[in-house]
Amino acid sequence: MAAQKSRYDVIVIGGGHAGCEAAAAAARLGADTLLLTHKIETIGEMSCNPAIGGLAKGTLVREVDALDGLMGRIADKGGIQFRVLNRSKGPAVRGPRAQQDRALYRKAMQAELAQQANLTIRAEAVEDMVLRGGSAVCGVITAKGETIDSDNVVLTTGTFLRGVIHIGSEQVSAGRVGEKAATGLSETLQRAGFALGRLKTGTPPRLDGRTIDFSGLARQPGDKPPLPFSYVNESIEQPQIDCFITATNSASHDLIHQNLEKSALFSGGITGTGPRYCPSIEDKVVRFRDRSSHQIFLEPEGLDDPTIYPNGISTSLPADVQLAMVRTIAGLEKVEIIRPGYAIEYDFIDPRELQPSLQTNRIHGLYLAGQINGTTGYEEAAAQGIIAGLNAALRAGGNPHPFILDRADAFIGVMIDDLTTQGTVEPYRMFTSRSEYRLKLRPDNADQRLTAKAIDLGGVSTERVRAFKRKMTNLIDASELLDGLRASPNELAKFDINVKHDGVVRSALELMSFANLQRESLGRIWPEVASLDNGIYCQLETEARYESYLQRQAADIDAFRRDEELLLPAGLDYGSIGGLSTEARKKLEHFTPSTLGAASRISGVTPAAITALLRHVKRRSASESGSAMASTPD
Amino acid sequence: MRFDDTIFALATAPGKAAVAIVRVSGGGAAAAVRRLSGEALPAARQAALRRLRQPDSGDEIDRALVLWFPGPDSYSGEDVAEFHLHGGRAVVSALLDTLGGMAGFRPAEAGEFSRRAFEHGKLDLTAAEGIADLVDAETDVQRRQALRQSGGALAALYDGWRQRLLDNRAMVEASIDFSDQELPPDLLGPVQQEIGAIAAEISRHLQDGGWGERLRDGVQIAILGPANAGKSSLLNCLAGRDAAIVGPEGGTTRDVIEVRLDLGGWPLSVADSAGLRAVSDQVEAEGIRRAHRLATEADLKLVLFDGALWPDIADEAVELLNDTALAVLNKSDLLPGEAKDTHIGGSEALQISCKTGAGLDSLLERIKLFLEARYRPSASPVITRARHRHALEKCLAALERYDIDAGSELAAEELRLAADALGRITGRVDIENLLDIIFRDFCIGK
Repeated sequence: MAAQKSRYDVIVIGGGHAGCEAAAAAARLGADTLLLTHKIETIGEMSCNPAIGGLAKGTLVREVDALDGLMGRIADKGGIQFRVLNRSKGPAVRGPRAQQDRALYRKAMQAELAQQANLTIRAEAVEDMVLRGGSAVCGVITAKGETIDSDNVVLTTGTFLRGVIHIGSEQVSAGRVGEKAATGLSETLQRAGFALGRLKTGTPPRLDGRTIDFSGLARQPGDKPPLPFSYVNESIEQPQIDCFITATNSASHDLIHQNLEKSALFSGGITGTGPRYCPSIEDKVVRFRDRSSHQIFLEPEGLDDPTIYPNGISTSLPADVQLAMVRTIAGLEKVEIIRPGYAIEYDFIDPRELQPSLQTNRIHGLYLAGQINGTTGYEEAAAQGIIAGLNAALRAGGNPHPFILDRADAFIGVMIDDLTTQGTVEPYRMFTSRSEYRLKLRPDNADQRLTAKAIDLGGVSTERVRAFKRKMTNLIDASELLDGLRASPNELAKFDINVKHDGVVRSALELMSFANLQRESLGRIWPEVASLDNGIYCQLETEARYESYLQRQAADIDAFRRDEELLLPAGLDYGSIGGLSTEARKKLEHFTPSTLGAASRISGVTPAAITALLRHVKRRSASESGSAMASTPD
Repeated sequence: MRFDDTIFALATAPGKAAVAIVRVSGGGAAAAVRRLSGEALPAARQAALRRLRQPDSGDEIDRALVLWFPGPDSYSGEDVAEFHLHGGRAVVSALLDTLGGMAGFRPAEAGEFSRRAFEHGKLDLTAAEGIADLVDAETDVQRRQALRQSGGALAALYDGWRQRLLDNRAMVEASIDFSDQELPPDLLGPVQQEIGAIAAEISRHLQDGGWGERLRDGVQIAILGPANAGKSSLLNCLAGRDAAIVGPEGGTTRDVIEVRLDLGGWPLSVADSAGLRAVSDQVEAEGIRRAHRLATEADLKLVLFDGALWPDIADEAVELLNDTALAVLNKSDLLPGEAKDTHIGGSEALQISCKTGAGLDSLLERIKLFLEARYRPSASPVITRARHRHALEKCLAALERYDIDAGSELAAEELRLAADALGRITGRVDIENLLDIIFRDFCIGK
């Protein structure tokens, strides 16, 4: 075996969804990158439900893809049932989602990373980090005692920090089932002074599909044709399958009530906070006693895999109770459990310790991404991974400007801003309602919002650059064409299109903003409308319909960006700023927001404190520009 | 100016009084009490009699009641001490001088106690504004309104609407972000009703005739009428001083002159104007133009007629008579003896004489009756600032655009804009906890 290198530009620890994106992103920017993970075979593992995307999450996947990340393209390879959620609602709140064949997904991810230039992958557990002067990372120590140097380390260790698994009253120290928990790193981070919190999450039992009677169950088919995630893909190659729907009943609920004290969640065995939107079935039957039934989606984990993921019944009841409980459910009367459900508790780091680049305030060169920051979900992890990876590579290349997306750029920006200014008390998941600029941040236009930024950074594949330029050209051409097609109310009336008879000649583009006007009607007047590409037409129609809202939001975004442009320097002495209450000053000193806008979103920082900060920043920038002018010879 | 200074000020009016209160706020308040009294702090929020001495010289300042309010349960949210002294100038200045000599102490700036209270979250913006108004209140009715606002009545009203908007937006957001869940079947029907109800309430609140702002800034009363009817004389009679130049020739007043009056607690802003007549003089023509504008903006018009010319009355002035006008016949002392019936424009004109003072009391009584009938101070709070009115109008406009059939994401956007507009009034900018509402009410989660 060739001697292994002992120095890299960037080291990524962890081969989950955050780690894969981070490693690939750093390598794309040309950084010599090392990915360290426990096992090569589990890279890209989907440890929870076998699906990518969904409401808000689908937008995150599109955004990762628009930045030339992996998740969208891999999910297109592994996807076996594609469905756009909220299809009946407006384009801003639709959510592309795809069931995945877990093995196909893993395989595609491993193949993708294997062919990535500048990326080395090694199966090594990491025992510790090496710090310089206590405040900068300079390398890692593997479980075998080997030191590998790097000034930029991305930590994506998921639930491995002091992870404890609960099945009924049994406890196992572990990350995912069958894998070791990293207690050493956890202690190092704690020594460095990071504020840690504790969270929990759960999974349902995995069922053997060969023992399920699907005949009486409702079938849930996917979309035809399936719509790919990635902007570079036009179609899906995999065969598509159906999911099934069943539900709990009063017998299942009775059984849960009788065994509540055996549940780790209810016997006090678990102290971490769980996500409210993903409660265990124990939680559901206790909190909503009047409900006699809860829906369960039976999701296949793969084309050649009999495993079924029963979405909706995550639990930490003892294995025997789980079996008895699932057998009360229609279609599952004779089911066998392949692996029981479990709850897992783990440490996370208060994400307010992070800058928007995902670099920590405490240790220079250390980046955190994924569940370690208190988030949940593959998509949330991937979105942070790509940002951390890009920034680690930028820093390695000596670039002083990190790559930051703000709340008006992307859901990624909303999520990272929420995390770094608000922190979180439960596993953080993306929702469209978290974004105030949701009408702009849509799944259909992530490429228009982000791909040009990625191209500016560099490393974007020629295939994507070509696809992006083609789409932009098509959009402009179509928009010019539609703007040039004009008709008066009288002319429109001849084609059964009724608008206000005000004599105003309207363009096809303007007419598209009318909610009840179908494309077919316009096609009757102007055949060229009918021949436009469907995706391009839909997107222009969306823009036309949201136009007045987008204009109003543009004004809000301007105001928001003005605050974001007021930078608060890292070493700002808050004690010297008049008008700050003690609470506000302490919060600001602790979380060192990077902009005035970020400061305003920290709880406990009042409008009055923001006014004081604004005054200070303005006065300082005025005096700086004043002195600059003074030193300039007249 | 530093925020961690301890501030102090005389809290009562300066001058000789039975009691004078000096208030101290900040981290040094406890030390000040200990050093001045030479004793331990009194029990929190209980009056204690203490002998106050100059700490260095030992000279006695006064025997005073001392009150100790440890933060955050104090007016400003900081440690606060109050010294209730005998109200002589010498005593007060001795204590102020002593406090000023302590390290880290300085006199408070205007409104600084309230500002600190706002910064510590003790007051919201409307309450802080109410306190500013309270300090500025000139009349009794103004004071009562300011008190109601500073007591949080306005904030309670606006926050109440805002909370209801958030609750309803949570339903709409749930229908979007959790559409794949089992949500109650008629989730959005009640929302439509509730949005309509809130819009109606805000609309009623807005249709208050601007009473609150009037009360804050004064009720606008315009004295209008033909030249030489004695408008300026009436203004002077009302003001009890020579506010406008009064001359024997017509057309002396070429601009608008304003006097602020307190009529039994009602703040009035009475404006005199140029006489209404056809003129060639450009300056006077401008004055007449302004007089007409004044007539349209005024809350109450006193339309004055010249009794000396009776029964000749100026038609331009008659045209101004309506339900917000009082017809007043001046120079009653010069009225021809036979003029018993002085109806003008269908109603009995009130006879006064600025010269003799006859009828002025009845005029003031009529004005008061008019105000009480029109602006019955209601139990519910009223809009007191243009800033609030503007935000409420924005909120209402968004609610009127709310249309769930046009798309739930657009309906949600209108509710967000509406709630934001209300939040801007009270200065509440917390991140909305919509998700809290959703998770409280629904079983979410697969």
